[in-house]
Amino acid sequence: MALLEVRQLSVRFGGLLAIESLSLEVKEGEVLSLIGPNGAGKTTAFNAITGYLAPVSGEIFFNGEKISGRKVNDISARGLVRTFQKTSVFPNRSALENILIGLHLSSRQSPFAIMLGLPSVAHDERALRGEAERILGFINLSNKKDEPASALPYGEQRLLEVAIALAAKPKLLLLDEPVSGMNPSETASFMAKLAEIRALGITILLVEHDMKMVMGVSDRVVCLSQGRIIANGTPAEIQRDPEVIRAYLGERHRRAIG
Amino acid sequence: MRASLIAAGLLALATLPLWLDNPYILHVLIVTGIFIIAAMSLNLLLGYAGQLSLGHVAFFGVGAYASALVSLGFDISFFTLKPKPVWFAMLCGIAAAGLCGWLIGRIAFKVRGAYFVIVSISFVEVVRLVAVNWVELTQGPMALNNIPPLNLLGFAFYKKPENYWLMLAVALACFFLVRRLVRSKAGRAMIALAENEPLAISVGVDVTKTLVLAAVVSAAMAGAAGALYAHYVRIVDPDVFLFIYTVTMVIMVVTGGKGTLAGPIVGGLLFGLLPEGLRALAIKPELQWIVYGVLMVLVVYFLPAGIVPALKKRLAWLS
Amino acid sequence: MDQFLQHVLNALMLGGTYALLGIGLTLIFGIMRVVNFTHGELYAFGAYMMYAFVMLTGANFFVALALAILLGALLGAGIELLLLRRLRGADIDTTMLVMIGAWIALQNGEQLAWTGVAKSISNPFPAAPLVIGPVSVAWNRVFVLVVALSLIAITYLVIQKTKLGKAMRATFQDRDTAALMGVQIGHIHTVTFALGSALAAAAGALLGPVFVAYPTMGDLAASKAFAVVILGGLGSIPGATLGGFILAMAEELGAGYISSGYRDAMSFLLIIVILLFRPTGMFAQKERIG
Repeated sequence: MALLEVRQLSVRFGGLLAIESLSLEVKEGEVLSLIGPNGAGKTTAFNAITGYLAPVSGEIFFNGEKISGRKVNDISARGLVRTFQKTSVFPNRSALENILIGLHLSSRQSPFAIMLGLPSVAHDERALRGEAERILGFINLSNKKDEPASALPYGEQRLLEVAIALAAKPKLLLLDEPVSGMNPSETASFMAKLAEIRALGITILLVEHDMKMVMGVSDRVVCLSQGRIIANGTPAEIQRDPEVIRAYLGERHRRAIG
Repeated sequence: MRASLIAAGLLALATLPLWLDNPYILHVLIVTGIFIIAAMSLNLLLGYAGQLSLGHVAFFGVGAYASALVSLGFDISFFTLKPKPVWFAMLCGIAAAGLCGWLIGRIAFKVRGAYFVIVSISFVEVVRLVAVNWVELTQGPMALNNIPPLNLLGFAFYKKPENYWLMLAVALACFFLVRRLVRSKAGRAMIALAENEPLAISVGVDVTKTLVLAAVVSAAMAGAAGALYAHYVRIVDPDVFLFIYTVTMVIMVVTGGKGTLAGPIVGGLLFGLLPEGLRALAIKPELQWIVYGVLMVLVVYFLPAGIVPALKKRLAWLS
Repeated sequence: MDQFLQHVLNALMLGGTYALLGIGLTLIFGIMRVVNFTHGELYAFGAYMMYAFVMLTGANFFVALALAILLGALLGAGIELLLLRRLRGADIDTTMLVMIGAWIALQNGEQLAWTGVAKSISNPFPAAPLVIGPVSVAWNRVFVLVVALSLIAITYLVIQKTKLGKAMRATFQDRDTAALMGVQIGHIHTVTFALGSALAAAAGALLGPVFVAYPTMGDLAASKAFAVVILGGLGSIPGATLGGFILAMAEELGAGYISSGYRDAMSFLLIIVILLFRPTGMFAQKERIG
């Protein structure tokens, strides 16, 4: 069964119909990449799927349940979590606190228990702290746990972003250009990290421009252009697809490949 | 070292009425303490949850009026209430203020940023005008007089020392309440909303629930301060809703350090005791306010995070 | 019916000045994103300047009016240059707090300078009102309406037809792009604040002689200005104009037919109700000013 099902999705953004009648599926356990030239509608699709934008028409199903029209935090609670194109952390909080916030859904403290200072709260806090440190270790930032997030170098902030999303215990993780701005060695280590995330059983939907990364990690690739899907297949198939080459890589390249 | 200093400080505070022989200073401390409680409550909403609420004195005033009215009893055309014991009236004051907080919380969710500032100011003004004009209930500008003091097991809180201890007990309780909230899931959710809302909701934070919780707790606490005020000063008039008192609370929180636990205390002490110092120098009240205004601007320029964070950088043991 | 017409006439005069207040604030709020707490104080300043010139130095009424408006502009520019310049890019609570500090300092300064006693300002118009059928209107109020409408028209033309106005509109829409296109954002901010303050001072200078001048008069004026901005939508001059007249009408009718004590509550209630149903204001057009 498909974990995520998008049916005939149309989304308006900035006065235009940014996505038109888009249908796609993400199967459980796979890594699907969404590619396409700038303005093709990739981030808009992300925003619509995760509830930041309301679709004009169409439906979205996650794990068999309809999520289109629901609030963002409701969708996240069901296991669909995203990262953002522009670096998004809690700047004045330490790295550890950032992840603690990410663990929001895992915590069961009621306001009354908190205000009364019940021992269950302290117990929960200890457990959360342990979990946060474990996640911080997973992305190799344990030594930075008390650093304010804004003080971290760019590459580490992007890793922290992914860690925050992981803390929310996603079944499906939507990564929006996770390696943009990273140098080749940072990108390579991120690709390895992605494999580890996948090994945890998390399904991944990826938007990326870095073709090496896309071809290296994906099971399937979907290409968007001007709000519509123009190709859908394995990385090898996509690389050879003339439509993709024309829309994305440019006329010159197509002629060069022959 | 730090623990013993704090313990010594608390001991001095707790025994103050026993060794301080000046009723006027004791009075100033009680009123300052009440304002600090209000400032701590504002800090939760403004400092931690990042909501630009400039109507905070509404909660204080509603708490004061509700508590006073329930303890005095009232008679309006369709409803009569017999006077109730003060401890019960105070709880009513807290509940009434909390209800207003719930209303504001729901509005905060819909109306954001600068617009919310305007709504919060307007809300207080409406409440103030109701207090002035609904004379049947509130006596309008003629004020509610002879409000009874708290009475526990036959002991009436008429004098200053017992009111001081009452204030101190409530202040400590509120401090620990805020501290617990801030170091918990709920507090982190508030801070997350203030720092990066899109990210906060992506990890499951419910904006409405979080803002409403912050507003209700904050308002109830301010209402408690208002109730304390009503039964200590024992007169309440619509001037309690004047914008200038909200400004005072905001100054206390911001100069002290918003988003820190000690900030409202430091700010409260500074702006609670400063008027007395200036009065001792025989400075006109208008000049005094000008000094406040200038001081606020200076703090914003030179210590934008407030006094406590600036001190923290120098002294590693203040928390 | 006569009473109703009388209310309408009163509302017209008030509405014109409310519109001036609102336009000034909507420009400042819209272009600079500053919650301008000193707006009311500029209104009081205008009134007190009229008092100073007309009553203390015996100057000509109309000259005094022009001077009051000019000085209002200068004071506004001064506030912007002295206080707000350094805060460009700071978050909204920081600027808000600075404006509150300035408001406290200004109001108490005015209190110190003029004392708390209300001051009346004489005007050169005939005392006998103009009678039109069943209703009468005082000449000084007619003057107020005429001047207010003229100032509104001038402001509108400046925003729509001049190069300066174009730069202001561009800054309102997208500050960063405007800066990239060569607009000097600093100058625009100073001019905007000066213009907005001048309009507030004008409102005060016009209404001061009609009522009286007292130190806290600015507070009520400020709240009405905010109500008008919200009614009319941020950045909209036609909206603020319409909003000014609607608010005046609501106040007049409310005071006349419901209760005068709650007259001032009208503006606040309107603000709350409108924002509850339309969180971005009634005629909100986020894309344009003018």
